[in-house]
Amino acid sequence: MGYQIAEENVFSSGHSACPGCSEALAIRFILNTLGPDTIAVVPPSCIAIISGPQPLSSMRIPVYQTTLEASAASAAGIKRALVSKGNDHTTVVAIAGDGGTYDIGFQALSSAAERQEDIIYICLDNEGYMNTGSQKSSATPSMAYTTSTPAGKLTPKKNIAEIMAAHNIPYMATATTGYPDDLARKVAKAKSIRGGVRFIVVLAPCLDGWGIPDKFGPRTSRLAVESGVFPLYEVENGDTYTLNYGPKGVPVAEYTSIQKRYRHLTPANVTCLQEEVDRNWGRLQAKCFGGRGK
Amino acid sequence: MLLNGNHAVSYAVKLARPNVIPVYPITPQTPILERITEFQADGEMHAEIMTMESEHSAMAAAITASLTGVRVFTATASQGLLLMHEMLHYAAGARAPIVMFNVNRTLGSPWGFWPDQTDSLAQRDTGWIQYYCENGQESHDTTLQAFRVAEQVMLPVMVMHEAFYVSHSLEAIDIATQEQVDRYLPPFDPPHRLDPEIGESWGNTVSQVMFNNHRHDMDDAMNRTVAIARQADRELKELVGRGYGVIEQYRCEDARFLIATMGSMAGTARDAVDELRSEGLPVGLLKVKLFRPFPLDDVREAVTGIPKIMVLDRNFAPGTGGFLFQELKSALYGMESAPEIHGYLAGVGGTNISPADIKKMVTCAMAEKPSANSVWKG
Repeated sequence: MGYQIAEENVFSSGHSACPGCSEALAIRFILNTLGPDTIAVVPPSCIAIISGPQPLSSMRIPVYQTTLEASAASAAGIKRALVSKGNDHTTVVAIAGDGGTYDIGFQALSSAAERQEDIIYICLDNEGYMNTGSQKSSATPSMAYTTSTPAGKLTPKKNIAEIMAAHNIPYMATATTGYPDDLARKVAKAKSIRGGVRFIVVLAPCLDGWGIPDKFGPRTSRLAVESGVFPLYEVENGDTYTLNYGPKGVPVAEYTSIQKRYRHLTPANVTCLQEEVDRNWGRLQAKCFGGRGK
Repeated sequence: MLLNGNHAVSYAVKLARPNVIPVYPITPQTPILERITEFQADGEMHAEIMTMESEHSAMAAAITASLTGVRVFTATASQGLLLMHEMLHYAAGARAPIVMFNVNRTLGSPWGFWPDQTDSLAQRDTGWIQYYCENGQESHDTTLQAFRVAEQVMLPVMVMHEAFYVSHSLEAIDIATQEQVDRYLPPFDPPHRLDPEIGESWGNTVSQVMFNNHRHDMDDAMNRTVAIARQADRELKELVGRGYGVIEQYRCEDARFLIATMGSMAGTARDAVDELRSEGLPVGLLKVKLFRPFPLDDVREAVTGIPKIMVLDRNFAPGTGGFLFQELKSALYGMESAPEIHGYLAGVGGTNISPADIKKMVTCAMAEKPSANSVWKG
C-alpha cells in the first residue's frame, strides 16, 4: 500500500501482552504514529493490561483507565478541559476493545459522534470478550465458537463501520494488523483531521481466543482481508467511500480453516458463511461505486 | 433577587467560573442546567458545556475534565444519580474535586417526583462529601463552599436540596458578587493532572498494598474535611455575611429535647420549635447540614446533657429505616449518658409534614420509650 511509516518512540517493549499479540502490534502503530503529545483513554481490556500495571507503563504518554462503558465520554471530557485551557494541540485518543465499543460503550460513542467531539476513537476488534476468557460480543461473527456460544454464534456480527459512518463523522476507517502501513496511514489521517470523532476499527486476531498459533496473527489478519471477511475501506463525512483492497480472491474456507473457533463447521456451514461474506461484499461494492472506490 | 432554589444554584455556579459542565436533564434538576445554558448563550458564562446522552457519561466526562486540571460542575437528581453510582465511586477514587448538585427526588419504582432524600443518602458510602440544604439561599451559599472544600481536600462534593419544596419555590435570594467569589475561590490549578508535559497516568491496576494505601489516604482526607468545611463556612460568612456551620443548633439553650433532621424539614421543625417554646417546652432543633463526613464531634457536643432526641427522616432504607436515625445512633454509641433516640419516618415520598404534625410527634416521643427501629409517622 506504499505508505512510509514514521514511528515516534511512544510504545515500549517489555509490556505484558501474549507473544505474537495482534493488539500490541496495533498499539505500536497507533501510538507511535500519534506521537508524544497525546493522552490516551483505555477501558478494562487487554489494552489496559498491556498499558500497565501501575506504577509501570508501556506508554510514554498519560493514560487514563476508565470504566468499560465510558471511553468516549471520558476522552471527550479530557478534550473539553484542554480546550477550556487554550490547548489546541494535544491529541486525545480512546483505544477500546470490541466489547467496550460495539456493546457496553456504544451509547457513549454514538453520543460523542453526534456532539462532534474532537477525539480519535480506535476499536481493537478481536471479535469477543477475549480478556475475560473468550465470551461472545456483538462483534463475534456467525458460527464462531466462544465460551458463551459453545455451539457457535447463531447471529451475524454487528456492522460497526457502517453504523459509525452513518453518524456522518469526518472519518471512519477499517484497518488490521496484517497491513501495518495501511493502519499507520489511517491513524495519521485521523490525527490530521480536526474536529469530530475519527473512528477506526482495527481487526486484531486473538491468538488464544481464535485458536491460532503464535506466529499466525498477521497471516490470519491478511486472510480476513483477502477473503472479503473484513474489507479495508474508508468513509469520509458519511458518504465518500474508498475501498483500499480488492477484489477479494480467497475463499472464506481458507480463513476459517486455520482457526480452532471454526473447527466445528460442516461444509454446509462454510457455504453459508461464504454466502454471507459475498452478500456483505456486494453491499459494500454498491456503496463504493460512484465514490472514489477502485 | 426573587429566584427558585434551583436558579439560586445556577447563579452560584456562574460565579464559581467552572471550565467544564457535562449535564443531562432530569426533573426536577433541569432548571439548574437551563439557567446555566442561558447564561452561556447570553455570553455571561464561558464554560465547555457538554450535553451528554446519560448521567453515566456526564459523570465520566466530569471526572476526566477534573483530572485534566479544571473546575467542573454537574447536576442531577434521583434516577440520574443512581445511574452515576459506578462513576461516583470512580470520581472519589480519582480524587476529582467535582461539585455536583443533586435535587432529592423519590426513586422508582413506582414513579414519583416528590421530595425524598433516599437517592443521595443511598450514595453515602461512595466517597463524596455531602451537604443538605434547607432553602435556596443556603443552596446558593453551600454550592460556593462546595468548590472551596472539594479543591482543598481533593474529594468530590454533592450538595442537596429537595424536589419542588426547595427546587421550585421562589424566595428572595442574596446573590454573592463576582468580586466576593473570586476572592473566595482562587483559580484551580492542581499540580497532578493529565498532561503530556507531566506524563502522569491514572486508573490502571495497582497492587493490594497500593489499593489499601490509597483508601487510607481517602480516609485521611475525609477526616480533615469537617474542620475545612467549618473554615469554608466561616470564611464565606466573613465575605457575604451568611454562615450555617456544619450543624446548626436552633434554640438549643437549656433544651431538654432535640428535634434532629436535615434539609427542608428543618424549616418546618423551626416553626414547631418556636410554637413549643412559646408553650414553655424546652425543645430545640439540631440541623445536620454536613452529612459526609459525619460531624461526629459537633453532634456529640450538641447533644451532651440532652435526655431525648427525636429524629425526622424524609428518607427510608427498607430493613434499617431512616438514615439520619441510623447515623445518630452510631454516632452516640458509647457516649456517657447518651440521649434516648426516637426515629420517626416523616414525609417519606414527599408527604406533607406540618409544624402541627411535628408538635404531635414531640408530645408522643416525650411520653414514650423509644423503639429500636424507625417508626412510621406519615
